[in-house]
Amino acid sequence: MIKRITFLAQAFSWLALAATLGIILLFLGFLGVRGLDILSLALFFGNTPPWEAITGRLPVWHGIWPACVGTVALVLLSSLLAVPLGLASGIYLAHYASGSWKRWFSLAVELLAGIPSILMGLFGFALILFLKRTIVPQANTCLLLSAGCLALLVLPYLILMTQTALESLPDELKLAGLSLGFTPWQNIFHVLLPAAGRGILSGVILAVGRAAEDTAVILLTGVVANAGLPSGILGKYEALPFHIFYLAAEARSEAELAQGFGAALILLMLTAALFMGAYYLKSTFTKAWDHKDLLI
Amino acid sequence: MEGLNYLPMLGQTPSSHTAEAGRQGRWRRLEQRQAVIKGILLGATLISCGSVLAILGFLAYFAAPIFSQGHLAEILSWEWRPFQEKFGVLPMAAGSLCLAGAAMGVAYPLGLGLCGFAHGLGPRFLKGPIMGLIHFMTSIPTVIYGFVSVIFLVPVVRGTFPESTGYSWLTAALTLSLMILPTIVLLIQAQLQQVDARVRLAAAALGFSPAQTLLWVMRPLASRGLWAAAVLGFSRALGDTIIALMVAGNAPQIPHSLLDSIRTLTSHIALVVATDSTSQAYQSIFASGLILFGVTAAVNLTLRRLQSATVPSAGRHD
Repeated sequence: MIKRITFLAQAFSWLALAATLGIILLFLGFLGVRGLDILSLALFFGNTPPWEAITGRLPVWHGIWPACVGTVALVLLSSLLAVPLGLASGIYLAHYASGSWKRWFSLAVELLAGIPSILMGLFGFALILFLKRTIVPQANTCLLLSAGCLALLVLPYLILMTQTALESLPDELKLAGLSLGFTPWQNIFHVLLPAAGRGILSGVILAVGRAAEDTAVILLTGVVANAGLPSGILGKYEALPFHIFYLAAEARSEAELAQGFGAALILLMLTAALFMGAYYLKSTFTKAWDHKDLLI
Repeated sequence: MEGLNYLPMLGQTPSSHTAEAGRQGRWRRLEQRQAVIKGILLGATLISCGSVLAILGFLAYFAAPIFSQGHLAEILSWEWRPFQEKFGVLPMAAGSLCLAGAAMGVAYPLGLGLCGFAHGLGPRFLKGPIMGLIHFMTSIPTVIYGFVSVIFLVPVVRGTFPESTGYSWLTAALTLSLMILPTIVLLIQAQLQQVDARVRLAAAALGFSPAQTLLWVMRPLASRGLWAAAVLGFSRALGDTIIALMVAGNAPQIPHSLLDSIRTLTSHIALVVATDSTSQAYQSIFASGLILFGVTAAVNLTLRRLQSATVPSAGRHD
């Protein structure tokens, strides 16, 4: 009986592995074959000469260049908003907060982490409705709003990664600086933050990856299909994930569909590189402190 | 180092009155700097944590007219026909539950199988590559799952079941299950890893094979983690917008078969915002938002209780 159950479980686990592997390989193969074909300068710039397009002198009509620029601008802006806030909150939670305040703060961070991304978008949309009704009648959805909502989306990851990285440092290290007469902040800034650097950096990269891939937030807060290069932080913009979303529903020709595959492949390469980098940094960080043989 | 001055100068007698005053001034400045830095950090934390309240507040503020104008019964009804003034969101709530449930039905057994494989049911050397694959899967953007599904899976479903358009509960559930699989696997894996470290030697000494250890020793010990994975996976599936929006068909109805088109609360919000409509339609999306917020908050509180016992915070990996 026991042997039979063990055998069944084993058979099932092999089946699960085969199914997952098969689906993922099929998925990547499909994307790779269709996407690699189209990967070229023309995918980015269409008929526009690349240099003219990059400097913004000529608009790009049949390429994904404006969407790429939009995504980069979005990610930079949202990191600018979220990273300082996230790191500061993480440090506070790891080293200053205590007792029931710490429990309440952690609860809030966990709730924030659990909120579906569409609600961040709805929050941004509601904010604009509110501003329109009250003080700024001409307020409209824009790049800055999207970046702000994306910042809210990635904030809990930044906080949790910073907090965990700082808290996982060995106690000897936490106390060494203090015992030599550092003030608490000097100890954090000169000793603990550098030591936790890789863990924190992996959190930042993970956050960038999440901001780059999210579609639901920007869908409600100002992304459009044909904006060209972003004109400013208060203007509409294009973004890669939305471009893919749009083409899946609205592609009118084979060429547009092929462009969708190209854009999907570019986005996948971007996020895969970011997530793998974050994973690598995190694992070296954990390993270093597990063995305690490498300080920084 | 500036920091050395922080310590009281023990054993030193002040050489003169001015030196003593200077030292006290430096000390005070250091203390003030500490207080300022602490204040800045606290401010940042208050902003971060306050954003949850801000989100809830805005949803509630815009949903409030439902209660004050007595539209609650209309919103909580089973019909969505905006042109006939019917704004019920219950079909979407049912759609969310159906879709998330079906996706879990596919993803959870797969996740159990994969974790079992990595922890004793399969050969040991494959554990690393499997976890690598799962970590890679976390990086695939949701919109790409949706895109490939529209191009590839939808025609397959349409071809297999000619009565369906292909944009259906089934298609969305299959796609969504891929998206939530890594969440489930990573959570179960973290729990098993922890249990494994505790019991492996003892079980091996008692003559259990690795597969038997997993099935009869580790599984009962890891049951909290298994529940946590189920709850978190379900909430991820509920929260997804893009896959549902792209491949579920979005008809506001209660599905009767897996091939029916289905609309979730999340895609309902996206659709109503996209197609500018009346203020009562807007009220309905804020009501949907409140429902979603409530459900995910409840899920998180449950998880907190489940995890506070055994699973470390490292278990909540995205």
